[in-house]
Amino acid sequence: MSAAHGDEELGIAAGEASAGTRPVAGARGPDLGDPLVECLLRLGDDRLILGHRLSEWCGHGPILEEDIALSNLALDLIGQAASLLRLAGEVEGRGRDEDALAYFRDGVQFRNCLLVEQPNGDFGVTMVRQFLFDAHSVLVWEALAAGGHPGLAAVAGKALKEDKYHLRHSSEWVVRLGDGTAESHARVQRALDDLWRFTGELFRRDAVDEAVAAHGIALDAAAIRPRWDAIVDDVLARATLVRPADAGMRHGGRTGRHTEHLGHLLATMQIVARSHPGAAW
Amino acid sequence: MDPKPTPQEDPALLAAFEARIAAGESIEPKDWMPERYRRQLTRMMSQHAHSEVVGMLPEGNWITRAPSLRRKMSLIAKVQDEAGHGLYIYCGTETLGVDRFDLYRQLLDGTAKYSSIFNYPTLAWADMGVIGWLVDGAAIVNQTVLAKTSYGPYARAMVRICKEENFHKRQGYELCATLAAGTPAQRAMLQDSVNRFWWPALMMFGPSDTDSPNSAELLRWRVKRKTNDELRQRFVNLTVPQAQAIGVTLPDPDLRFDPETKNWVFGAIDWSEFYEVIKGNGPCNQERLAARNRAHDEGRWVREAATAHQAKQAARSTEAA
Repeated sequence: MSAAHGDEELGIAAGEASAGTRPVAGARGPDLGDPLVECLLRLGDDRLILGHRLSEWCGHGPILEEDIALSNLALDLIGQAASLLRLAGEVEGRGRDEDALAYFRDGVQFRNCLLVEQPNGDFGVTMVRQFLFDAHSVLVWEALAAGGHPGLAAVAGKALKEDKYHLRHSSEWVVRLGDGTAESHARVQRALDDLWRFTGELFRRDAVDEAVAAHGIALDAAAIRPRWDAIVDDVLARATLVRPADAGMRHGGRTGRHTEHLGHLLATMQIVARSHPGAAW
Repeated sequence: MDPKPTPQEDPALLAAFEARIAAGESIEPKDWMPERYRRQLTRMMSQHAHSEVVGMLPEGNWITRAPSLRRKMSLIAKVQDEAGHGLYIYCGTETLGVDRFDLYRQLLDGTAKYSSIFNYPTLAWADMGVIGWLVDGAAIVNQTVLAKTSYGPYARAMVRICKEENFHKRQGYELCATLAAGTPAQRAMLQDSVNRFWWPALMMFGPSDTDSPNSAELLRWRVKRKTNDELRQRFVNLTVPQAQAIGVTLPDPDLRFDPETKNWVFGAIDWSEFYEVIKGNGPCNQERLAARNRAHDEGRWVREAATAHQAKQAARSTEAA
């Protein structure tokens, strides 16, 4: 269809907007809901999506021991996600439990950061993604465990213990792969270069973060950043890897503007649940 | 299978060994054992370990599609347990003087066997319940007896593994019961899955003992404690009432209760299918081996990196010292 004839074909003449319809001028920004719910969804979706990605490895790891380890990480993260999404559903008060939130939301309603939805790639990509996330996650849980929201503080306390182990595991692998062979070094450096553009989003602060302070949830990105830098720099140095420059940072996950990968992940994850609406499992 | 000729054993040592077995003693790694015993155990244990590792694939196939977070976590945990069992039994084989990596190479190049059940595809979510119920159920019947096997390390491994397998079986049956109480589509999905897995589950016990080349010696040395047919009958007797309880049918028109023997008598098993699968012509033989080989090949650079790093670390600490 040519643009010149488009208006005629649709049967709409210029200036013909009928009275009584909604104004055509709308808000610029994305439509965000209750800040506390948004905050819990961000935390929960990060862990649900990353846990799901890790579970894709199940049975395909480079060694049997690593199959066991990756499953452990996936189990911890999905367990954390279930608690966080349950809490989000309770706060929201519309009768949605963790499964309704996991299986019956569309991609644009997910609030995870872009980093966690990136495909597994090779084992090096998976471990770099894990390491960048874990280093941030332990700092977030530390802040939240001491925070004023009792439900969230309880989740954070347990999750902190788990994620400290995750960080140790992923750090060790980044060091092993970086310091290992010429091939492993090249692969893991490439993974780091590719994924680095998704790290900036971890430290962006928006109106949701401001608003949840009223609930005693203090996520101070500015305070977390230097500590994350220190963890990352230490591991990269031991791995003989070069820290990429902070250029062309990508963001959007927190407001539902994802990469195209998320839709495919959800299509797989949600297929059985959505094929049988109302069924119990 | 055994390329090496069986060595002539010292009759006095053999008699003493068989006396210990007859007295119900357990044989430990450092004890004298006939070469045939060592080989039979290596064969059984490595096949068991391979089965655990290949068995991760059909269930792993549905982890990403599990319809609730609780089920997703149970399934990940189950597949993780299977990896653990595989590792545990591979380590057990090392007590017999074989190298785990040699055994694994035999799996990858297709010369080692594993349980034929894992060459069947998982086509629906219900298979995750039915595998737990029927496949783990059949495995437990086998393994409960193996927990009393004469070789100590294998017997002890079985005690531990049986506990976890029992949990898997209960979980699988509970999943089936949930589907059975669900929507018409869920019930149909369950019934179709039972129809696909029933006969392969019965074949898991192996051919009738009259046709099983290894059985007599294995029984005499108490590597096995019951015949394949005895175990299969025990499984059927346990399972039929479970099927009745959740209202699924079993795909065997000849299935009937014999009040005299108190056995559930079942129809003839199509052994030609079993031998086809064993020969490599099952529905998923190629796919399963290809998946294991792919994971192994794609993991090579990772394993090499770990080895190289370890060597560098060792060199650095020597330098520092």
